[in-house]
Amino acid sequence: MILTATFLSAFAGAALILLLPERLAQLAKWIALLAALVGLAFAKTAFLGYDNSPAAPHFQFLTKIPWVPRLGISFSTGADGISVVMLLLTGIIAVAGILFSWNVTHRPRAFFAFYLIIIGGVYGVFQSFDLFLLFVFYEIVIIPKYFLIAAWGSTNREYGAMKLTMYSVAGSALVLLAMIATYAVSGAHSFDLFTLADPSKAHFSPAFQAWTFPVMFTGFAVLAGLWPLHTWAPTGHVAAPTAVSMLLAGVVMKLGSYSALRVAMTLFPQGLDQWRIAIAGLATAGIVFGALVALAQKDLKFTVGYSSIAHMGFVLLGLMTLNLPGLGGSVLQMFSHGIIGGLLFAVVGRMIYDRTHTRDIAELGKMDLAKALPFAALTFTVASVASMGLPGFSGFIAEFTILKGSWNSLPLFLIPAGIGVVITVAFTLRALQRTFYPSGGPSAHAHPFDPITLPEKLGALMLMAATLFVGLFPSALLDPILRSFQSPLMHRLIQEAGK
Amino acid sequence: MISLIPILPLLAAGVTALMKRGQRAPAATLVIAAQAASTVLSLLAFLQTLGAEAVHGDVARTYFNFPWLSVGGETLSLGLLLDPLGAGMVLMVSFVSLLIFIYSVGYMKEDANFTRFFCFLSLFSAAMLGVVLSNSLLLTFICWELVGLASYLLIGFWFHKPEAAAAAKKAFLTTRIGDMGFLLGMLWLYSASGTLLFYDHGNGCLEQAALTAIATKTACIGLAVSNCIALLIFCGAAGKSGQFPLHVWLPDAMEGPTPVSALIHAATMVAAGVYLVARMFPIFSATGNVSVALTTVAWVGAFTALFAALIAVAQTDIKRILAYSTVSQLGFMMLALGVGSVTAAMVHLIAHAFFKALLFLGAGSVIHGVHEEQDIRNMGGLRKYMPVTFITYAIGMMALCGVPFFFSGFWSKDEILHVAHQWPVSQLPFFMAAAAAFLTAFYMTRQMCYVFGGSYRGHAHPHESPAVMTIPLGILAGAAVLMSIPATPAWPWFHGYHTGEDIALDFARLIEHDFLTIAGLSIVIVTAGIGIGCLLYRRIGIESQGERASRPFGQETSQALSHTRAGRPCPLDHSNAAPSVDPLQKLLPGLYSALANRLYVDELYNATVVRALGLLGCLAAWIDRWIFSGIVRLVGALSLLASALSDLFDRFGINLGFDSLCGGLRNGGRVFSSWESGRVQGYLRFLSVGAVLLLIILGWLLT
Repeated sequence: MILTATFLSAFAGAALILLLPERLAQLAKWIALLAALVGLAFAKTAFLGYDNSPAAPHFQFLTKIPWVPRLGISFSTGADGISVVMLLLTGIIAVAGILFSWNVTHRPRAFFAFYLIIIGGVYGVFQSFDLFLLFVFYEIVIIPKYFLIAAWGSTNREYGAMKLTMYSVAGSALVLLAMIATYAVSGAHSFDLFTLADPSKAHFSPAFQAWTFPVMFTGFAVLAGLWPLHTWAPTGHVAAPTAVSMLLAGVVMKLGSYSALRVAMTLFPQGLDQWRIAIAGLATAGIVFGALVALAQKDLKFTVGYSSIAHMGFVLLGLMTLNLPGLGGSVLQMFSHGIIGGLLFAVVGRMIYDRTHTRDIAELGKMDLAKALPFAALTFTVASVASMGLPGFSGFIAEFTILKGSWNSLPLFLIPAGIGVVITVAFTLRALQRTFYPSGGPSAHAHPFDPITLPEKLGALMLMAATLFVGLFPSALLDPILRSFQSPLMHRLIQEAGK
Repeated sequence: MISLIPILPLLAAGVTALMKRGQRAPAATLVIAAQAASTVLSLLAFLQTLGAEAVHGDVARTYFNFPWLSVGGETLSLGLLLDPLGAGMVLMVSFVSLLIFIYSVGYMKEDANFTRFFCFLSLFSAAMLGVVLSNSLLLTFICWELVGLASYLLIGFWFHKPEAAAAAKKAFLTTRIGDMGFLLGMLWLYSASGTLLFYDHGNGCLEQAALTAIATKTACIGLAVSNCIALLIFCGAAGKSGQFPLHVWLPDAMEGPTPVSALIHAATMVAAGVYLVARMFPIFSATGNVSVALTTVAWVGAFTALFAALIAVAQTDIKRILAYSTVSQLGFMMLALGVGSVTAAMVHLIAHAFFKALLFLGAGSVIHGVHEEQDIRNMGGLRKYMPVTFITYAIGMMALCGVPFFFSGFWSKDEILHVAHQWPVSQLPFFMAAAAAFLTAFYMTRQMCYVFGGSYRGHAHPHESPAVMTIPLGILAGAAVLMSIPATPAWPWFHGYHTGEDIALDFARLIEHDFLTIAGLSIVIVTAGIGIGCLLYRRIGIESQGERASRPFGQETSQALSHTRAGRPCPLDHSNAAPSVDPLQKLLPGLYSALANRLYVDELYNATVVRALGLLGCLAAWIDRWIFSGIVRLVGALSLLASALSDLFDRFGINLGFDSLCGGLRNGGRVFSSWESGRVQGYLRFLSVGAVLLLIILGWLLT
């Protein structure tokens, strides 16, 4: 019930907001904040309540209610260590996103209702253990994104929204195709992941896996920014309003990588085995390519958008290592990038763009932002340092474990990944210095900007504290994550595919 | 207890970070108090290692480890370690830091961001002490990166200066390139030995079992695994310690405030690379004392020593001369390590830390005294105006040059030449080092003549610096002299301290044949360097005075500087009157100009790596915009086309058919409906026609 409460609170919040009369429209953000806080509280309870002792079961908080028994569809939710970490991330990002949307005055009811629907869908995906249910939640996320970007977005918003939606739908189509094939071939008459992943109940021939795996994996990985299917991400991020950029980078991209791991990789370890080098190659290309493109951007938000591609490349590379450090690091990187990416977009979108109405790095450099908005400068500096993977922040330990995993199983990919890390430093410093600490002194006229508001400060501090905490005490997340890879569902991944 | 040594400055940094800009005195007091406490603790720790008895022929080590995270049954631990190698270093670092913090109170007095400066300094100190005390390569790496971050923040402290901002970025990026090697080496070491702890009751990676394991395995390129790991780690060390070809950031880093140059880019951080190699020496020498890794270290060190000393000869910025000198001296230390002597390297490291910090602080005092002028051609005669600075600077200079017998540099450099001479592989590094020693004496003499000799050529009013700055100078000068006592071969105290052997005072070592040869040679070298320097530059201040006075102050310097910094060939005052031409430039114009342009290494990098990266970035962005997004747009356009086509087909294919079908039906209906007109006459007509037809048919059928 703890788990279901996470998305129920989000959906309930959305419903409540839609019922608000016009004159109380400004209450919407308070209801949204309350709903997100309740969701976070439940996610945190699930995270802390997850029993990590060796004797405890791998899957906890299980709920299973038959839904369409004739088709073997059930409402099956639960959590392992990976789920609880992702649920916690969702809770944090949801609250932070609302804090950074405190200034939304244009049709606030619709905005926050759509926002909460996305959050609910994301919560749902991270706890579904029924393939059909997972897909339903996955689809719930897509449609509100379109409206949020098209109606509340900025630059080129219709194009961005449409591109993002079309990519998502195309990915979903691949997933749906693979899902139906899986259901038909398995002969188990069930969408239950535990059943499908059990070789004694559902057998998938290597030939079947060889084509189903890439179809399903690609379908999910589109959302994770798999190179070269990534171009929706920067455009979508840039067009989206701040809170939606934060959601996209923070959790929606993780839906892709999480589902790829949870469904595609778990069900088809033999198919994975055939394709992993190719996918690792694409992941590494994403790291290097994303970093290089970020180096050439003039728009600060595009820089951050492409940095997401590079960071998600690490997630996918980690998944392809198929050993404990790599897989664990990959999930940790999902969490880490969720926080850091969210923070970067919050600074760029809310703290800077909403005040300066430009994202052009050269323009921003003339505004003496370090003096005008010192808190924004501080936050962006911390986020940049974290994004470069410096020790003390979550990114370091995530990248370290991923590289450690690659060392063991994909050593050839280490060199380009290492080069990607160096270029990441280059573009991060470039963006940071040119935007906030430009040389040559401030321009003649100082821009008076509204000071950073309390909700912004709270949101930023929350995200900074999260990345710092994980950087200092990575075991808090890594222990439950790593434990989950030994569960009956996942252990085949390392044993069968890793060989 | 030793954990407090880095934690105190870290806490001070944290508290200072929360202070307001105006709280200058509390911030400085807090940071200095924390550092003083650390220094006292370091001293206690040092004394503790002095009293400790050697065990099993090895030095006494105290360490404690704690698990940080576990990955699938493997536990990554961190830990702190106190042994003679680290204890000497930690005392040096905390002591020099303390002096420089005090000095900074005077130097940074006017700065608006005084509080932030002390916060960064304290953060640096914490991270640096962490590097020194770490008992885990992972913790070393973590602190190593934080040291780099603090260095970045401090070089770019005056970020409004374009050069400072660029230098900060360059420093961070260049060292980060080396650090990728370090990271790979660390990963390899971890996979090969299963631990990153240095010492762990026989299970550490620097202990016998692990060393044997990695020394006997061979990697794919025919090298022992230990050598591969060592070489990768050396990449990190070379980046941090400014070894060729990653040295380019260090001279540029002089754009930071001078106390930063003294602390980070002379005494401590840049020596971290040397310390790392010294710490990891068991791995470097796992396949013997002339392993591939050590040989590489020796050659890189010797080359860097000579190369940087050459460049230093033709620089005109007081701090850049010292910066190249630092690069060169770090090369000496690496050479010592490469030929197998950790002690020689560490003695030189510590001696160098004192006298180079002294020189930098002296240079800071000079810069302060002549109102932020850094070009030595615009100084001169400062001996009269700044007596304390002059005397202490002279002591530092003599220590650096290796003037015999009362200056630490003489003994420590002599020891390096000595061990290099005994290297079985080649004598060339020894001669390179000897040449570098000669050049060191030469360029320092040149600098002294320019800065303190002759008469003043600038337009400011030189004045001596306040006591808060000169007292640290005096203390460091004392240290530069006193350090010669434990460094003499008569009492090779450091050697005994590092190896755990008992050492007695024995003057007989001074007259050993081998030692005498080298010592004699180095005396000759120093004398020659200083002599030739004096000969060339003795009159530098006197003859050019008249010319200088007529020119507007600062104009040509800023031009010269901007030329240098823009990476363009520096004309070095070709436009100016002849007296400002360097005497060496008259003698060897071509060589001088190449050296003044730092042998074009920066230009080479700008033309290759930097440009390639920029082009690749643009190319990638172009591909993304026109190919990947282009494909998307193409798909979009194609689907629009498809929908237009299907629209046409709908309209003219399906619709037309449908419409004509409908039309036919409608027409048919009209025809039929006209039949059903409701008029009885019509029906009767149909009826009669029908009846007639029926009759005809019936008749035809019946017949």
